[in-house]
Amino acid sequence: MLAPILDPLAFGFFVRALAASAIVGVVCSVVGCYMVLRGLAFMGDAISHSAFPGVVAAYLLKVPFYLGAVLAAVGTALLIGRISRRGGLRGDTVIGVLFAGMFALGVFLFSTIRNYVGDLFGFLFGEILGISPTDLITLAVLAAIVLAIVVVLWKELLYSTFDPLGAAASGLRVGLLDDLFLGLIALTIVVSLQAVGIILVVAMLVTPAATGQLLTQRFGRLMAMAATIGAVCPVVGLYLSFWLNTASGATIVLVETVLFLAVLVLGPRTGLLRPRPRTA
Amino acid sequence: MSSVESLPLDRGTVARPAVSVALVGVSAGYDERPAISDVSVDFRRGRLTAVFGPNGGGKSTLLKVVAGLLKPWTGTVSVLGAAPGIEAHRVAYVPQAESVDWGFPVSAWDVAMMGRYPALGPLRRPGRADRDAVAEALELVGMSDHARTQIGSLSGGQRRRVFLARAIAAAPDLYLLDEPVTGVDATTQEDLLDILEAEAGRGRTVIATTHDLACAASRFQDVVAMNRTMVAQGPSSLVLDQDVLRRTYGGHLLVLGDRAILLDDAHHHDQAAGSEVHHHDNDTQRRP
Repeated sequence: MLAPILDPLAFGFFVRALAASAIVGVVCSVVGCYMVLRGLAFMGDAISHSAFPGVVAAYLLKVPFYLGAVLAAVGTALLIGRISRRGGLRGDTVIGVLFAGMFALGVFLFSTIRNYVGDLFGFLFGEILGISPTDLITLAVLAAIVLAIVVVLWKELLYSTFDPLGAAASGLRVGLLDDLFLGLIALTIVVSLQAVGIILVVAMLVTPAATGQLLTQRFGRLMAMAATIGAVCPVVGLYLSFWLNTASGATIVLVETVLFLAVLVLGPRTGLLRPRPRTA
Repeated sequence: MSSVESLPLDRGTVARPAVSVALVGVSAGYDERPAISDVSVDFRRGRLTAVFGPNGGGKSTLLKVVAGLLKPWTGTVSVLGAAPGIEAHRVAYVPQAESVDWGFPVSAWDVAMMGRYPALGPLRRPGRADRDAVAEALELVGMSDHARTQIGSLSGGQRRRVFLARAIAAAPDLYLLDEPVTGVDATTQEDLLDILEAEAGRGRTVIATTHDLACAASRFQDVVAMNRTMVAQGPSSLVLDQDVLRRTYGGHLLVLGDRAILLDDAHHHDQAAGSEVHHHDNDTQRRP
């Protein structure tokens, strides 16, 4: 009866994948709550794509991929923030330019590699089942750093997200918080690359928070719900991908998307099926 | 442009309280365009001061300079005895209603509590003293019964009350309010101004921008007339005459006998990006 659930646990790689994806799910959705409230969903997509050239460069230079990914993602995030604040160009324009430009750089560098390297494709769509014990430890440490920063600064991030002018006038370093938050997004994305890959990571960030937004209007509850969804969906997704023999990253994202759509249709607050007030 | 020296400043009739905010020769703006030029103005503690003038007259810009949100291009600014931003923990700024995302998942209580965050600093969670201050502030603005309501579910007037509660909860020495009574009902307007008057009575400096000339004249002790520069300042009874109004509103003021009618369209607000172009859609009615 329980065999389908217990049997996979006999495999070390599956247990590591479960742990890694649940950690990634929680970190992504916690950061994602601030992201959706700041209107930075598209920014997340841009940062994740800009990590690609960093990964390829790290491969070519034979340094750990985390290092290349962090440098490229954080650098691009700060650059986008800096150019947007300078004025003259809308933020989404700047994102559009750097997003495609950095990804093109990644593809360009990738195409210089003569012999085929399959594991780089893993960064595009995730390769959670291939995660090594060392990778899992690195991932857990980076995740802990991100969560610790959010725990320390949740009030300041909340105030500066809700009312940046009021927060800045009362002494919060809003510009610094903005940069720090972009750095947090970048770090979170790098943590998540192995699990779901560059293309799909934005869903891990945004979808649980979006689902939470359909269910509550309180920030604390939003974060608790998003974190719960973020922890549970990858576990469900991994089992599904194991049973169905499908791509793990995509299956995890699909589980989150289906949950979002279910809440959208059935949810108490915004459900499309809820009784509508009659118009006279 | 009229010069400051020609104006009826401080006629020496009354002893005036100490200056808490002073600007000298300040110009500021957005991108390349100046929104205010060569502004010299004082704000005094214990006084309720209205900054009024036409759309694009630089009211919000002036407030942002004092709040330390916008760096002046020229001139010097002193806020509570220091450069803007230095004494930020003693300043409460309330932005215009349209700059706020009302769908944000926070309750009235949460918003008021934000007033306590800067003093708490990172890591520390709100404690007993903070909860008491928030409860007291919400009580003062008459929002205790709505403490748990999501901010966007409140009416426009109630939202302004909550933002005032946030400012009060911070216990500031300087209140900076951008259009605090624009678009609210008469009862709320009177309540908010009563509260601000009481805060001024406790020695706080209260500066509010307003479109509403009648409100500025009737409820504020001091006024500052702004039309891209400071046109006049002082006690409202001494400053608000036809000459000052004409220079503040230019062609948008229609004078009929001893009555002045404002043709300025009060529904257009200062654009954050500093759209300072005047609306001349009243051309046909401008000259009687």
